[in-house]
This record gives sequence, structure tokens and C-alpha cells, in this order.
Amino acid sequence: MKSWLTTTDHKRIGLLYFFTAFAFFLMGGIEALVIRAQLAQPNGHLVTAETYNQLFTMHGTTMVFLALMPLSASFFNYIVPLQIGARDVAFPRLNAFSYWVFLLGGLFLNASWLVGPLFHAGRLSVAPDGGWFGYANLTERQFSPGPNIDFWLLGLQILGISSLAAGFNFIVTILNLRAPGMRMMRVPVFTWMTLVTQFLVITAFPVITVGLVFLMFDRFFGTHFYVSQAGATPILWQHLFWLFGHPEVYILILPAMGIVSDVLPTFARKPLFGYTVVVYSGVLIGFMGWGVWSHHMFSVGLGPIADSVFSATTMLIAVPTGVKIFNWIATLWGGDIRGTTALHFAVGFIAMFIIGGLSGVTHASPPADLQQTDTYYVVAHIHYVLFGGTIMGLFAGIYYWWPKMTGRLLSETLGKWHFWLQFVGMNLAFFPMHLIGLLGMPRRIYTYSPELGVSDLNLVSTIGAFLIALSILVFIVNIVRTRTQGQRAGNDPWGGATLEWSIPSPPPVYNFSVIPTVANRLPRWKTEHHDARSPGHTTRADPRARRILVAHARGLRPADSRAGTAHAYAVGRLRGGGCAAAGHLSLGVRALRGLSDDARRYCASYEPGTRQSQDGVLGVHRLGVPVVHLAHLDVSGLQGEERGRTVPARDPQHPVHVGQHLRPADVEPDDGAGARRGAAWRHEVGKDLAVLYGAARAGVPGRAGDGVHGVRA
Amino acid sequence: MLALLGCGGPFPQSTLHPHSDFGRATDVLFTEIFWWATGVFVLVEVLLVFALIRFRHREGRPAPRPTHGHTLMEIAWTLAPAAILVFVAVPTVRTIFATAGEAPADAVKVDVIGHQWWWEFRYRELGLVTANELHVPLGRSVQLSITSADVIHSFWIPGLGGKRDAIPGHVTRIAFRPEQVGEYSGQCAEFCGASHANMRLRVVVDSDSVYGRWATVQLAGPAAPAPGSAAERGKTIFARSACIGCHTIQGVSPGVIGPNLTHVGDRATIASGLFPNDSAHLARWIADAPSLKPGALMTRMQPPLTDADIAALVAYLQSLQ
Repeated sequence: MKSWLTTTDHKRIGLLYFFTAFAFFLMGGIEALVIRAQLAQPNGHLVTAETYNQLFTMHGTTMVFLALMPLSASFFNYIVPLQIGARDVAFPRLNAFSYWVFLLGGLFLNASWLVGPLFHAGRLSVAPDGGWFGYANLTERQFSPGPNIDFWLLGLQILGISSLAAGFNFIVTILNLRAPGMRMMRVPVFTWMTLVTQFLVITAFPVITVGLVFLMFDRFFGTHFYVSQAGATPILWQHLFWLFGHPEVYILILPAMGIVSDVLPTFARKPLFGYTVVVYSGVLIGFMGWGVWSHHMFSVGLGPIADSVFSATTMLIAVPTGVKIFNWIATLWGGDIRGTTALHFAVGFIAMFIIGGLSGVTHASPPADLQQTDTYYVVAHIHYVLFGGTIMGLFAGIYYWWPKMTGRLLSETLGKWHFWLQFVGMNLAFFPMHLIGLLGMPRRIYTYSPELGVSDLNLVSTIGAFLIALSILVFIVNIVRTRTQGQRAGNDPWGGATLEWSIPSPPPVYNFSVIPTVANRLPRWKTEHHDARSPGHTTRADPRARRILVAHARGLRPADSRAGTAHAYAVGRLRGGGCAAAGHLSLGVRALRGLSDDARRYCASYEPGTRQSQDGVLGVHRLGVPVVHLAHLDVSGLQGEERGRTVPARDPQHPVHVGQHLRPADVEPDDGAGARRGAAWRHEVGKDLAVLYGAARAGVPGRAGDGVHGVRA
Repeated sequence: MLALLGCGGPFPQSTLHPHSDFGRATDVLFTEIFWWATGVFVLVEVLLVFALIRFRHREGRPAPRPTHGHTLMEIAWTLAPAAILVFVAVPTVRTIFATAGEAPADAVKVDVIGHQWWWEFRYRELGLVTANELHVPLGRSVQLSITSADVIHSFWIPGLGGKRDAIPGHVTRIAFRPEQVGEYSGQCAEFCGASHANMRLRVVVDSDSVYGRWATVQLAGPAAPAPGSAAERGKTIFARSACIGCHTIQGVSPGVIGPNLTHVGDRATIASGLFPNDSAHLARWIADAPSLKPGALMTRMQPPLTDADIAALVAYLQSLQ
């Protein structure tokens, strides 16, 4: 237990983020339910005006800063190092620091619900009540005399520290700790979007920090940064906040877009369509997101020129966003789509985000926006992009990566129930809001008159909200049940293309015993012949399927080589899921010190045509196949199963180089000692080990159904 | 949604049927963008659903072709949305400039001042001050110059057009020409504190002659209450109470913190559009305004007024036609 308090392991920190953020998500959700209960009927009196104003402020602040951002961060933490083939982030202790500061900020902010008496407030709660974007000059001491806004601004400053630290951490991690061969354009899209997001974090958070410092000075030290009578203007706050605020919404959406970009190919069984374009459009969105902030201020009267410019930039940014959507649909197109829960959520993201994106285009036109802004129409927009977008995307990531993180699969049945309840619920909750807004109901009002005629629509919206709550309950049941009853997941239950699926679930603390060398964008698809397996496939052995791995080592010079180049052959036999039961292989699994040492030792003492005394296991390939010296393989032992012939010992002086290469980097010494070896060891061996594809096929007995695999590293 | 639109109503704060040139300009623009958006929506969703059905997994299906991309398609679906956006952007910019708040010289000019949580209207040329209900003539332009006395509010009458923020230290403008006689309701649209929800307002569009009569009455002093009537007693109570510190009644009191009450009896609603202007609501309002409107600065009198006093005050206020 204590280890959780002191951990610097990115995987544990990722889980800490996840559960903490999820708890805050539930809090924000309950705040929303109370809001909807209050608005279910006109002139409602479930809560007072003051409480309501605190509720909507805390709902927004909690969801943005304490739920959505940290949920994304849980995946940054857990998955990014795995996707890039790293052992941890660049600064593990800073990483832990980020988490604990986030927890502190969240607790500080929410403590305000209970500490009214400490401030002689006359009520229990002094929670922030100025809205989640806290416009000046309502937030000045004159108009908000209590400690509510102080909790808000100090809480946000604390959270900003956490985010900034994490931002630098992930940037360094992604740029510096990628596995060999993983060029930037081979990095999975989720990691790419994470990188863009972190750049947005480190540039945008300083802006709100400045804005909040000004507010803090106004409230505590009597300055006048936002006070008109002193010659300043409250519009300064709006500019500072939205300069941060707009990149912030891209911080919220890009990770979810990255998740969708990784999930869709896995379940469509084909690569992401237009990877380069998807990546570049993400980067472009990151840059362009800095040029649109005043579209939140179209009713402020900035003037027709400013309005026109921001209108144009806002419309422009719709283009790279739309491009992504088309690429995702093209990924599905022509695929072999498996309808797992993760896929449902990824598709749900596309379907719902397009609605939010299109209502965003209507907002982009200032004259039209003047009827929409500050009404329930914009509330509909933000919830379609943040709930239908980010939250759906995050759930796709949860269902996708849960087996990797916990070793158990979430129930698909419960998952589908969760999805459909949430999908129906969110549309019931948020679609009517478009109309409610157009019928004249502003946002942030604790009650409304029955004369407006929006009572029925509000009731429908409330029902939808409670349906969403039910769907989340289903999800919680799913998590709890899987802890004990969940089907165990192997390394790769989905047949994924990226590196995280090459290691056990959950991964060992060091992630990869041998840091893989990557040769392309889809290391797991290009590296083995991948037959489409059904979701949930574990390493249950199919006894009829056998695969034989043949490896040929070049460049290991024996001391007394007569041929000039010694060749070590290796044959391993994969029976079902792992190293075969005793009796079928004469391969020992005795630990050896390392490929180079032993290969050299072998080669040093190797004499063609002779049989060595040791069992010949040189190591274990990352696919789980033992790699051994062929000459040591007593293939006659195979005859217990095989009908065929013995394998003649190969003449190492006349190798047949057919096929592909097995690199020492892919072979771990049996004792896991590779963890300490690192780059130096990997490069010691030098040349590749070559896999004799054709020769093996010719020379090794097999039955119908045996597959002989070449391995391209 | 459209069905829902048809049933129910009336919708007094609807943006969908505007009755001014400003409102119609924005409505035309919104409608155009809406239909483009609907078209894109249908296209994308149909493609998505089709792909999901057509390419769902079936046994025996061969492995999909690992298509990595297609440059021409990328160009096409980059340029197509950009082209559509041009059709949105051009009318947008035109409308921005057309609705930038300029009005002809003969427009009715009103200064709008937002307060927590009521609206003050000052007719510049008429020299008239009133609150919460704005009368304007049909067929003439109206130019509103909007600001705030405290925090940021937003002036919004959906039936007549879009909103503009009321920002302390700034003056923003709306110009419109109303096109139909009637009453239009609206409310503050920028969160401004405890009673933001209660900061409502009404615009009454009168024919030119009715407006003229209204203006004449407003400019005249208040009617003197009949001697010995409850209204006269109410006036006496008013004049000796704290009321005079906040409210102006021409010839009686000079307060400017609260709404001008010179012709309050003429208004259809009180408490900035919250309640009908009748005895019961007036009495409750005078007795304890914050209980009806959280945070209202019109606190209870100390010592509290008696019921008889309140009744007299009500009679007086109702006489201020």
C-alpha cells in the first residue's frame, strides 16, 4: 500500500491519475445531475440560487481540470512510454510530483464545499460561484466578497503547476526516449497527439497563470488589473482567459482524437488511413488554435474587423478537424470491422463530435452567434464536443487499454450496455439544448419562467442526464466485476499494431526486457504474419497449430573459423502459446548469460558437423519463441509428434540466406538479465541474425497446418 | 426537432422568428449555415453508418487491403469543406459590417445601463429615464448604447436580434428597426451574480402614435394622488422611508441606485420582468425583495413596514401611471 504513495513508476502513476480523475468525474457528474434536477421544471426550487451558481461553476471547473485533463493524463502516463518502447518517462519523480500536486489542487478546490464556517460565511459551502471561466469584474472582491473566488483561483494555480510539470516531462520523454528506429513519423498517433497537447499545455498555462495572478493581486493586494474605474478593463481578463482557454479545449480533444486514431485501425484490421495527414492536421490544429480565441467574445463589441478576422480563423480551423474525420471513416472503409466496445466508443466519438463541430461552425459566424452565445445552444455545443467527443474517446481508450493495464478484459456485454445507454442518454440530454437555446433560454440561470415554453425540452434533457448516470453505473459494475471475474488478457487481446501489445498484461515494472528496435509504423503487424484473431483472444493454445522459428546468426566469428564467417542456427518451436511441454523439444531453457557471450562462445568452440554438449538455447525471442543453436536441436525428438525426417545438421559454411533478419535486440536472454544490458549490449553483437525462411521450410519436418514463420525485425 | 418546434408555444423569447432588420439579417445567415451543416452532417453520418454495416466482420472474409492513404482524396476532402466555408464566410463578413451598430441620424437613441439585476433606460433626446421596459416606435431605427454600472451583463431581446454585452467602462451598440408591433421579452445573457436568472426585460414596440403618447406621459410629472386616498398616505410613507435613497420619483425623491419609479404604475411587470405588476406581487416585493430575488440590494426595511403601510405604498405606486 505504501508503495503507491512513493511510486515513481509511470504505470502506477497512470492508475493513480485514472482513479482520482474518475472520482472527480463522478463528483462533476453529480453536480450536473443536481443542476438538471433543478432545471427539470420551471421555477424549480430544489436548490437556492447561490448553491446553483456554485454547482455550475464547480461542474465546469471539475470536469475540465479535474476529470477530463487528468483522465487523458492517465493514458499519457501509462501508455505513451509503452508505445515508444521506453522504460518510463524522462523524469519519473517529477511525474509523481505532478500527480500529487494535481490531487492537492483537486482537494483544495473541493474543500470549499465544506469550509464555509471557517470563513464565517453563514453557510456550509463557499465553493467558487463565478462560472468556470470566472469573468472579471464579477470576480473582483467588490462583487464577490467571500473566499469562493479565492478557492477557485488558488486551486487553478496549483493545478497549473501540475500540468506544466507534466507537460515538460512528456515532451522530453517523447522526443528523447523513443526506441531505436522509431522515427517521429513512426510514432503512434496517440503519442503524437500527446506531444502536441503537451506543447499546448506549456504555452497556454502560463497565460492563465498571468491572468490568475492579476486577479489574485486585485483581490488580495488592491491592484486594479480588471477595474474600469481605475482605467483598466474587465475585457483584459477575457482576452487572457480565452488565449489560454481556446488552446485548452484542444488540449482536451486532441488526446481523445489520438486514442480514436489508434483504436480504429486495430478493430478495422487495417492501418490508419492517411497517417501523415492525421498527424500534421493535429499539429496544425495546435498552431491554429492560438488564433481563434476571440470567437468566445463575439458579443463583446470588439468591432467588425476583429470579429471578421476571428470568424475567418475559426472557420479555417474546421478544415483540419474535418480532414481527420474523413480519414477515420476511410480507415473503417474496406476494413474487417470487429464491433468491440472500444470500437463502439471510437465510432461514437466520430458520430457525436461531428455534431459538436458543426454547431461550432454556426458559432463561427458572429452575427448568427449573437443569438447563440451565452445560451443553451452553446452549452449543447460544448457538451457534444467534450462529452460526445472527449469522454467517448476516453472510454474507447479505457476499454482498449484496460486489459493491458490490469491483465483482465472488461465485459463486452456490460460494455455495450454502457455504450448504448450513454449514447442515447447524451443525445437526449444535449440535443434538445440546441433548441432550448434558440428558444431564448440563456445559460447559467438557476431557474426559468414557464412562459418561455422550454419546460418540456428541459425535462427531456434531465431524463437524458440521468440515463447517462445509469450508463456510468453500468461501467462501474463492469470495473468491479472484472477485478475478480474478468477474463484474463494475454499480451495482445486485440491484435494491436503498436508496441504496447508486445509485452505482458500488465507489463512488468521495466516494461520491455529488451528495448525493441522498430523498423516501421506498425511494428507488430509488419513483424509477424498476423492472422485476424477474434477479440478477447488470449494465448489459449491451439494444439494443432505449430509455428517454427528459424534464426540464423551471422557475424559471430569463431576464433578458429575456417570459413571466415561463423553461422549459428537456431530453431525454436512455438507450440500454441509458449514453450512446449517437455518431451517435445529437446531445447533446454537453462538460463544463459546473453546472446553475444554465448554465441561467441559457441562460435569459438564450434566445429562444423559436431554436436555441442550444451542445450542450445541462446535466448527467447520477444514473440515467446526460444532461439537456439540448430546444431543442438535434437530434431529426432520431434518425431514423437512428427511423421517426418530428421533434420540434417546444417553446414554453417554454406548458409542459404533467404528471407529476413532476426536481430539480437529482439532476443532476450533467458534470465531477464537483458534489463540491465541496455544499448551497449545490443550493439555488441553487431550484425543481424538472419532467419532462414525457405531453408527451414525445406529442412524441417512438419505436418499440414504447421506454419513456418520468418521474422522481420 | 422540427416537430417539437411546431407543437407547443408561443415562444416569447424565440430567436427563430425575428421581427427586426437586425434580427432577420442574422436569421438569414444562421439558416444558410444551418443547411450547409445539415448537409455535411447527413453525408458524414451516412458514410459512417454505411462503412460500419458494409465492412463489419464476417467469417471467411479475406484480410483487408492495408491502404495507407490516397493523396488525391486528401486534397479533395480538404478543399471541399474549405469551399463550403467560403459560402459561409462571405455572407458572414457582409452581415458583420451591416449590423455593426450604426443607425441613421433620426434613430431613437437610448442609453442602456445594466445593473445588478435590473435595466436602466435613458432616452437621450427625450430626456426620459425609465427601467426594465423599453418602448420603441415601429418603423424607426433604434440605437442602443449599452454599458454597465457594475459587472458585465448582456442585453438580449431574441425576437429583435442578437445580444450585446454591457461592460463597465465601455459602450457597445446595437441598432435595429423593429418591424412588428408587440411585446418582446428578453433577459440578461451574461452571468452577473446571484440573480442573473432574474434580470429580465421587455421591449414594447408601439405604433408611432402610441409611442408618442407614451413618451408624452412619461415626460410629464407623476399624477398627484387624490387627497385622503390610500395613495396619498402611501406617498407620505414613501417620502419618509429609505425608499427615497434608491429610487427616483420625479418631484418626490432623487435616488439613483434603483429603478426610476416615476411611472411605475404603467409597467406590465415589476422586479425587472419577474412578476406581473399587481397588488399582491408589489406587496410581497416591498415587504421582502431578497426572498423573491436572491441577492437583491433592496433589503427589508428595518424596522419592517406594517401591512397597512405596505398596502398604502402599493396604492401609491399603482397610481403612478
